[in-house]
This record gives sequence, structure tokens and C-alpha cells, in this order.
Amino acid sequence: MSVAPRADPLEPLVRFDHVTCGYDGEPAIRDLDLSIAGGAFVGIVGPSGAGKTTILRAIVGAVPRVQGTVTVGGEAVTSRSMPAVGWVPQLETVDWQFPATVREVVLMGAWSQRRWQAWATRSERQRVDRLLDRLGIGGLADRHIRELSGGQQQRVFLARAMIGDPALLLLDEPTSGVDLKTRDDILHLLADLNGEGMTIVLTTHELNTVAAHLPWVVCVNGRLIAEGDPDEIFTSDVLGRTYGADLRVVRQDGIVLIADAAPHRLRDALRHRHDGFEHAHHEHEGRDHTHSDAGGGPRP
Amino acid sequence: MTILTEPFSFEFFRQGLIASLLVGALCGMLGVYVILRRMSYIGHGLSHSVFGGAVIGYVASLNFYVAAGLWGFFSALLINATARRRKIGADAAIGIITTASFAIGVALISKTRSFTRNFEAALFGNILGVTTTDLIVVTVVTLGVAAFILLFYKRLLFMTFDPEVAPIYGINIGVVDSLFALAMAATIVASINVVGVTLIAATLVIPSTTARLLTDSFARMLVVSTVIGAVAGVVGMYVSYWFDISSGATIVLLEAAAFAVTLFVTTVARRRPSWADQPIAPLARDRPADDLG
Repeated sequence: MSVAPRADPLEPLVRFDHVTCGYDGEPAIRDLDLSIAGGAFVGIVGPSGAGKTTILRAIVGAVPRVQGTVTVGGEAVTSRSMPAVGWVPQLETVDWQFPATVREVVLMGAWSQRRWQAWATRSERQRVDRLLDRLGIGGLADRHIRELSGGQQQRVFLARAMIGDPALLLLDEPTSGVDLKTRDDILHLLADLNGEGMTIVLTTHELNTVAAHLPWVVCVNGRLIAEGDPDEIFTSDVLGRTYGADLRVVRQDGIVLIADAAPHRLRDALRHRHDGFEHAHHEHEGRDHTHSDAGGGPRP
Repeated sequence: MTILTEPFSFEFFRQGLIASLLVGALCGMLGVYVILRRMSYIGHGLSHSVFGGAVIGYVASLNFYVAAGLWGFFSALLINATARRRKIGADAAIGIITTASFAIGVALISKTRSFTRNFEAALFGNILGVTTTDLIVVTVVTLGVAAFILLFYKRLLFMTFDPEVAPIYGINIGVVDSLFALAMAATIVASINVVGVTLIAATLVIPSTTARLLTDSFARMLVVSTVIGAVAGVVGMYVSYWFDISSGATIVLLEAAAFAVTLFVTTVARRRPSWADQPIAPLARDRPADDLG
């Protein structure tokens, strides 16, 4: 079930060819051309509703309406022939009260091997143990998923994604809703896996803390805005078109820092309004003074 | 010992005992999925819906199992389809479909007024009237549902845990959902004569909820729930015989008692963490209390 070895070494692992796709109603993504090479580590960034997750879902054939073609490992993806990739969901969507041990969750990822057999074989159990060891959570296999820390929980779902030995890992907002340490933890772990040859695609809305550290980012907002090394493509222009907001990019000592100009403008607007009030107030007092005999009290 | 063996001289008891054992195990087993998929209300509604089908079958002189089974299966599919429409909440969809179906049954009964005994049996269960045909149906359904759960174990677990992600890993949700609806309808039809329309939901929900309190592992929950259901079925049959109480009510009351005891024991057993017993040391910067006045 793993992705077939690519016949042509120049052929990218994932290719979107003029893809317009989405659910009922307006397409979430229009006319997308995108190539992801084997071994890449790519972040898809954009505002909410920009189609980030839709792009991930299109890679696994889980988007109902698709025009154009998506290929993975040279083979076209359809809802009937899905490529074997590892999918890591947002931790916030997981039902943590569900009765499942770490081992039970990880084995879900291997359901299609021996699909008619309810129980895991000894070799499957050993494979889970080895994978958990490799991900640094060995010994936790029989714990309930709720008992783990955020970083450990993320690793459990990574293990579920990796147990089927995919060539490609897709992660939907892996750093959303986790604390700073866990976020660093996850990014370093992903970098290590990428170093071992795993192709990784993730979505994120965190520009400074996640996207700016990735080797390659794709900016989307219903369509492709730009892609490339964040050092080069993170400019006010590109980010402004991606987010429809006024973003300032500060570069210093090789560090890219993106700042939202909106609070600044909000402050200006408030100050302006405040000045306006004071102004109106003075004017009002003055008028009272000069026209006090004209009758007519202060009007609202 | 005679307490246990004496009732065996009656055939109705032997048949009833096997039926309640199987129905208890069957509902305990399927109930795990029912509560984890948050379908308790569907179970309750479906049993009422099946009642409508059974009455129609009776009036049209059709086989009870064929009429009730088909009616239940289509109700389950209809509920699934209606609940997918965004504007209607699933609970409202279930309420409309199953209550209307139940009302059809009541309307037909009030019109014909000829089978009050069967009516009561269907509502409250009548294990003393379990026939050999009933026993065969219960056995076949129990084996069928058990086989379904074993063969589809991995798929059912994945889509119960994570219905959004399961299709991404290649699981055909539509097929498994339809098979589950079929299993549910079959379970309810097979259980009606033992526990009755009004009590089926309890036999689905109580053993599985009790099992959930006892374990954090899905596989163990499935086994424990099945065992609780089966034991309650057998013990319930004896209690029902000796105290002359309705079998369905006895089984449900036993399960409820088991739940209450389990809840109590697991709550008491969940001890306070060790740090909770230690006094909290004041921080160095905290001022003594008399400074505050």
C-alpha cells in the first residue's frame, strides 16, 4: 500500500495540474498548479477558509468535487484510488474521552493490512513498539491517549500516520492549540523525519513561529499566491495578497519577522476618534458660550 | 443447587434463558458502538419504529421478522439520510421518523383492537412466549452481528473513533454505516420479544456505559460489555422466574444496579493524587496573614 517508486526521478511526488476543487458551492481552490518534490518539507499558509486543508485533502482524494488532476507518485488520485499517505489530524478534533490506548490508535493506521482480522499479530505489536521508541514515546503503548502530554499525543498520531510506511506525511495544523514547547518539539521531530527522507506537507497559520522556519512555503488564498523560500517570498506584497491584511515584514540578521500592522492602525483610528471627540467637545463648549442667549440646550 | 436447576424442567425457561443470555450479550456488544457513536437515542427511536413495522406486518399477515426487520432497516437508513441534511438536527430527524412510525402501529392497533396481548408483549417483552423460531432468529442475529464486529473490527473502530479521518485512510464509510444500520435493526427486532420495545435502549446503553467506567481500552470494553449483558440476561431470567417479575424489567434493573455499583466503586477508587494530601507551602513572597489587616 505504499506509494509506488517514481519511475521518473524528475517527476514530483505530488503534482496539482490546473486543479479547481471544493465541496458544495464555491470552489475552495481555483486553478492550482503545484509540484512537491520527494523529500520536500512544505508549509501551506493562508488565512482561515483559504483552502489550506482542502489542498491536503485533495492529495488523498477526500475532496468531493475536483477538476483537473492530482497525481501522487505518478498515479492520478481519485476517490476510488487513494494513495497511501500518513495523515495527522488537528489534535483539537480528537475525542480524548474515547476508550483507546496508544497502541489501539496507532494500529488504526495499519487497518488495511489483514483487514478482516480483529486482533493484531505479534509482529504488528512489535512494529508499534519500535515505532513508538523511534518517536520517543516508547513504553507508553498501553496508556490511554488522554493521559499523555500534548507533544506525546501529537507523536501518537504521527505514529498512526507512519505505521503504514508512507512516503508522504500530511499534517493539518500540527501546531494549532499546543503550547510553545510542544510546538518546538513537533517541528524538530518533523525536521528529523524529513532528514531521514520523509516528504512532509503541513498547513499552518503561524507565520513567525512555524512558516518562517520551513524550507519551502506555499501561500494560498483560494488560489496560489506565491511559493518559495520564506526568506524570499515573505514580503509585504505577497502576504498582503495572501491575507488581505496590512502585514509588515522586518528582516534583521537573517531573521524574518512578520508584524500585523492592524493594531497600529487600530490605535491610530482610536486616537483619531478620540481627538475628534475632544475637538467636538471644545467646539460644543465654545458654541454654548457664544450662543447661550439663543436658547436651545446642547443637542445630542 | 435446586434453585438453579429446578426451573430447567420447564421448556419455556430453558428457551427463555438461552434467549436472554444471547440478547444480553448481543445488546452489550453492539451497545459499545451505540454509545461511542452517540447513537443511544437512535436505538431508542429505532425500537419504536420497529414496533410500527411489526403491527403493519401483523395486520397484513406478513411474517413478524420480515416486516419488522425491513421496516427497522429502512428507518435506520432514512434516519441516516435525513440527519445528513444540514438544516435538520439528527435528534429531530430521529424523533420525527421513529415516532411517526410508532404512531402508525398505535393507530392500526386502535383500529383493529384484536391483539392486545401481542401488543403488550411487543412493548414490554414476553420471554415466556419465546418460541423455537424466536430462538433461532436470536441465535442467527447474535452470530451475524458478532461476525460483523469481528470482521469489520478495525474499520468500525477507526470510524467510530475518527469518522472524519477514516475515509482518508481508505475506509468506505457508506458501506460500513449501512451494514451497521442493518446490524442495529436486526438486533432490535431479535430483542423485542425478550426485553420489549420500551426497554431495548437500556440494554444497549447500560452494559456498555458500565464497561466504559471499568476500562480505557476499546477491545476490553467490548468484551466486558458483552459479558455484563450476558450475565444480566441469565441472572435476570432467574430473578424474573423466582420473583415473578417481567423479564425485560428485571434484566434492565440488574444492569442499572451493576452500573450504580460500578460508578460508586470507580469513583471511590479514584484516589486523590499524593500531592493533594500535602499542605501547600506558602511562597516566600507571601506576607503573613496579620499584615493584611
